[in-house]
Amino acid sequence: MRFIGRRMALFLLTLWAALTLNFIIPRLMPGDAALAMWSHIHNATPAQLAALEAEFGAAGQNPVVAYFGYLGNCLTLNFGVTTDQVPVVTKIMQGLPWTIGLVGVSTVIAFALGTLLGMYGAWRRGSWTDNLLSPLLFIVTTFPIFFLGLVLLLVFGVALHWFPTNHPYSTPPTLSVASVADIGYHAFLPAVTLVLAAAGGWIYTMRNNMIATLSEDYVRMARAKGLSSWRIMVSYSARNAILPNLTGFAMQMGFILGGSILVEYIYSYQGLGYLFYQGTSSRDLPLQQALFLLYTVAVLIFVLLADFLTAWLDPRTRTA
Amino acid sequence: MAAIDTTLTRKPPSSSSHQAVARVSKAILRNRKATLGLVMFLILLFVALFPDLITSKPWNESVVPPAVIAQCQQDAVAAGKVPNCSQFPPTWPDYPLGTTQLNYDVLSQLVHATGVTLFTTLLISLLVTAISVVVGVTAAYAGGRGDLGLSFTTDVFLVIPALPLLIVLSTYLASGGIAAIVFVMTITSWAFGARQLRAQGMSIRSKEFLEAARVRGERSWYVIFAEILPNMLPLIVAAFLGTSVYVVATMAGLQFLGFGNVGDTLTWGTMIYQSQQSMALESGNIWWLLSPIIAVAFLGTSFALLNYAFDEIANPALRKSNRRRRAQPAA
Amino acid sequence: MPSPLLEVRGLCVDYVTETMDVRAVDHVDLSLEPGEFLAIVGESGCGKSTLLFAIARLLSPPAEISAGSVMFAGRNLVALDEEELRALRWSDYSVVMQSAMNALNPTLSLAAQFRDTMEAHGTVSSAEIRARSIEVLRLVGIDELHLASYPHQLSGGMRQRAMIAMALLFTPDLVIMDEPTSALDVVGQRSLMTQIKELQQRLGFAVIFVTHDMSLVSHYSDRLAVMYAGQLVEVASTESLFAEPLHPYSRGLLDAFPSIRGPRRALTGIPGSPPDLGHPPPGCRFQPRCPMAMEVCATASPDLAPVGQSLVQCFLYQTEPARAV
Repeated sequence: MRFIGRRMALFLLTLWAALTLNFIIPRLMPGDAALAMWSHIHNATPAQLAALEAEFGAAGQNPVVAYFGYLGNCLTLNFGVTTDQVPVVTKIMQGLPWTIGLVGVSTVIAFALGTLLGMYGAWRRGSWTDNLLSPLLFIVTTFPIFFLGLVLLLVFGVALHWFPTNHPYSTPPTLSVASVADIGYHAFLPAVTLVLAAAGGWIYTMRNNMIATLSEDYVRMARAKGLSSWRIMVSYSARNAILPNLTGFAMQMGFILGGSILVEYIYSYQGLGYLFYQGTSSRDLPLQQALFLLYTVAVLIFVLLADFLTAWLDPRTRTA
Repeated sequence: MAAIDTTLTRKPPSSSSHQAVARVSKAILRNRKATLGLVMFLILLFVALFPDLITSKPWNESVVPPAVIAQCQQDAVAAGKVPNCSQFPPTWPDYPLGTTQLNYDVLSQLVHATGVTLFTTLLISLLVTAISVVVGVTAAYAGGRGDLGLSFTTDVFLVIPALPLLIVLSTYLASGGIAAIVFVMTITSWAFGARQLRAQGMSIRSKEFLEAARVRGERSWYVIFAEILPNMLPLIVAAFLGTSVYVVATMAGLQFLGFGNVGDTLTWGTMIYQSQQSMALESGNIWWLLSPIIAVAFLGTSFALLNYAFDEIANPALRKSNRRRRAQPAA
Repeated sequence: MPSPLLEVRGLCVDYVTETMDVRAVDHVDLSLEPGEFLAIVGESGCGKSTLLFAIARLLSPPAEISAGSVMFAGRNLVALDEEELRALRWSDYSVVMQSAMNALNPTLSLAAQFRDTMEAHGTVSSAEIRARSIEVLRLVGIDELHLASYPHQLSGGMRQRAMIAMALLFTPDLVIMDEPTSALDVVGQRSLMTQIKELQQRLGFAVIFVTHDMSLVSHYSDRLAVMYAGQLVEVASTESLFAEPLHPYSRGLLDAFPSIRGPRRALTGIPGSPPDLGHPPPGCRFQPRCPMAMEVCATASPDLAPVGQSLVQCFLYQTEPARAV
C-alpha cells in the first residue's frame, strides 16, 4: 500500500511539474512579443485577439493569477477554442480514436515482437539468424522514423500502389466489416513504420538482458532440474529480463508518441499528431497547448501503469 | 557470475592509458561492425572537412547557365505550358544530383550541409553527454536530498515527450538561430543518459574500492575523477554514441516537419524540408529529396554500428561466439 | 564388490576462446560408490567447480568437455544429448549450488520452483506436488508456510536448506554440491553440514562435495580428493589423508590449518601461487612450489598411481616418468 501511495504522489508531483512547464514555456518571451507572434499569422478578429490576450495576459496581468487560472482550466478540461472557433476538446476527440488505435496497436505489436525476437536472438546466439538478423534489425530500427515512413510510403504506396498514401479511411467509417477493413488497410503502412521504430530498441534491450539472465546461476539450476527449454526461456530467463525493464519500456512512450506525429504527418493520417503539427504551423496556441499536455499525461499514465505492473509481478519490489 | 568463473588466464592489469588506447583500437579493428561504422563516419568527416575536394560549385547560387533556362522557358511557352524551369534532373557533369527550386546545385548543398550537420550533431551530443554525466554522477554520489532533487528533475524531463517539446520550443525560439536549435535539442535529450549513468553510478558507488579511497582520506574530487569516472567510461562512451544516433534522427525529423530551420544554416534536415515544400517528390527533382535522406540514414547507421560494436567490446558477454560447437544449444 | 555409482575416466574440460584454449580440468579419473561421501578440495581456481559442472553436464560456453567419459547408472553422460539427459536430471542426480540467492529464481515462489521441477518429470496432480513439497521441506526443517515465500524473504541458511530440499525431491542416487556452505557463517556451516550428513545416512544418496575448506568437510566425508591446477593430486580416505598426507600439496594444506588440540606450532602456508593454466609449467604442476621437488619433477609429469589404499600423483612414490602430456 505504501508503494502505491508513493507512486501516486510521484505521479501527481510530476504531473504538476509538467503542467507548470506547459504554462511557462509560451511565456518565455515577453507577453507582447508572444502575443504578436501568435496573432500576426492570421488576420485575427478582435475576438481571437481578446482570447489570446486572456491567455497571455495583457502586459500588466499578474502571472500568478494567470497561473492559477490556467491550472483551474486544465483541471476542468477547459482548453478554450481553436483559431477557427471550434472547441479544442471537440477537435481532440475527433483525432483521439485514430491515434489511440494506431499507436495502441503498434505499441502492443512492437512489445510482443520485440520480446519474442529478443528472446530468440539470445537463445540462438551465434547462430546464422542471430548474427545476421540482430545487427540488421538494429540498424533498420535506428533509421530515423521519417526515413522509414517515407521509404515505405514511396515503395509500397507510390511506386507499387499496394497501399493508400493518405487519410485514415476512404469513406467515412461505420461499424461494418468493410469499413473496419478499410481502416486497417489505411493504417497498415503507418503502423508498420511505428512498429519498426519502436520494436528495434526493445529487441536490442531484450536480447542483451536475456543474454545476461541466461548466464545467471538460476538458469543453470533450471537446466539442472531438467526443465524444458521453453520453460527455462520464459519463466526463468525472460521473466527476469523483462520485469526490471517494464518501466523503461513505458518511458519509451514519449518517443513513440513523437514518432506518431511524424508518421501521421507523412501519411496525412488525421490523428492527434497531425493535429499537433497543424496546430503549431497555424499558430493555434490553445490547440497546441492542450495536445502537448495530453501527450505528457499519456506518458505519465503509461509509466505509472508500468510501475504498478512491475510491483505486481516482481516480488522484490514489494518489499523495497 | 557463477562459481565457475575462475581466473584461469591471468593478464597483468594494464594501467597505462597508452595500453588502453592500443587495446581499444585493436578491439575496434577486429570487430567488423565497428570498422564499418568508423569508415562510414570518417567518409562523412572527410567530406565535411574538405568540401572543395568534392565540388567546386557554390551551394547558394544558381548553377544553371542562363542560356539553358532561357531555352527551357522557350520550350515551355512553345508547348503551351507554364514555364517551370527549376529542379533540373541530374546532369553529368554540371549538376550530378540535379538542382533545387532556386537552381542551386544539390550536390554542393549536400556537401556543405554535411559539415553543418556533422558539427551540430557532435556539438549537441557532447553537450548532452556532459550534462548527463554531471547530473547522473552527482545524483549517484551525492545521495539524499541532492539525489532526490536531481532524480526528480531527470524524471520530469524524461516523461515529457521529446518531439512535441522540441516543436514547441523551436517555435518560440525561432529567432535564436542555430544556437537555439542546439539549446533546444540539448535540453530535451539529456535526461535519458542521466538516468542510465545514475544507475551505474549507484552500483559503483557501493563498491569497496570507493570505501577504500574514502578511508584513505582522498577528497571527493579525486574519488569522482580518478575512481568513479574511469569505471564508467564504457557507459559514457556508449551514451555518447547512442545519443548521436538519436540526435541525427531527431534533428532531421524536426526540420523535416518545418521547425527549427534556420535561414542561412543549411542542414540535411533543412534540405529535406525544402525539397518537400517544393514538391520535389511529386513533380521535381527526386534526388533533391533522396540524397539528404540517404545522408541522414548513413550518418545514423554509422553511429548505430559503432554503438552496437562498442557494446560488444565493453561487454564481452555480448560478443559473437564463434567457437566450434558441440551438439548442444547455447547456455 | 558393487559396481561404482559414478565413474569418471580421463575427463578434460577446456575453456575455448578466440585466442586460446585453456584446459581447466586435465585427465581426471574418479570413482564413487553408492552412498559414499566424496569431498573434492582445492584452492580457488583449481578447477573443482568446473569438474563438478562437467560431471553434471551443466557447463556453459566457452567451457566444454573435450575428452573423457562420465559413466553414471551404466550410461556415459558425455555422450548423451540434452533430451536424454533431461530424463536423468534431478531424478537420478541433482545439484546444490553455492549461493541460493543466485541459484533460486528471484521472481518465483518456492512452491512454484518445486512445482515446475515435478511437472517437468511427470507429476501433475497439485495435491501430490504440494504434499511432496511439504515433505522435503520438513526433511530440512523448514515450516510449510514458507512454500509461499520468495527467495529474498528467507534467511541465508534457510535458502540453502531449501535448495537441499529441492535437490531431494526425487530422492536421487547422487547429490552434487558446490560449496553450499561458503555463504554461511561458521555456526550455520556446521549446522548445514550436520543436516546434510544426516539426510545422507537416512536416504542413502552419494555426495560429491566441492569445497576449499578442508577442515569443515573432514568430519563428514568418507574420501577426499585433492585437486591442484586442474588435476587430482591425491585421492584417499579422509582418515588416512589427515593422518598421513602423501602429496606435498596435501601436506601443505593440512599444515595451513591450526589444530585446536595438540601442541601449538607455527602455521606454514604454501609459498607462491597456482600456475597460469593457459601456460602450465612443464612436468609436475606443483613443482615450482614444492618443497620436495626433484630434478625429474621439472620435466616429466607423474601419473595418479596407487600407493596403498590411496592414489597419489607424485614422483616421491613413482619412478618411471609418465606419459607425455
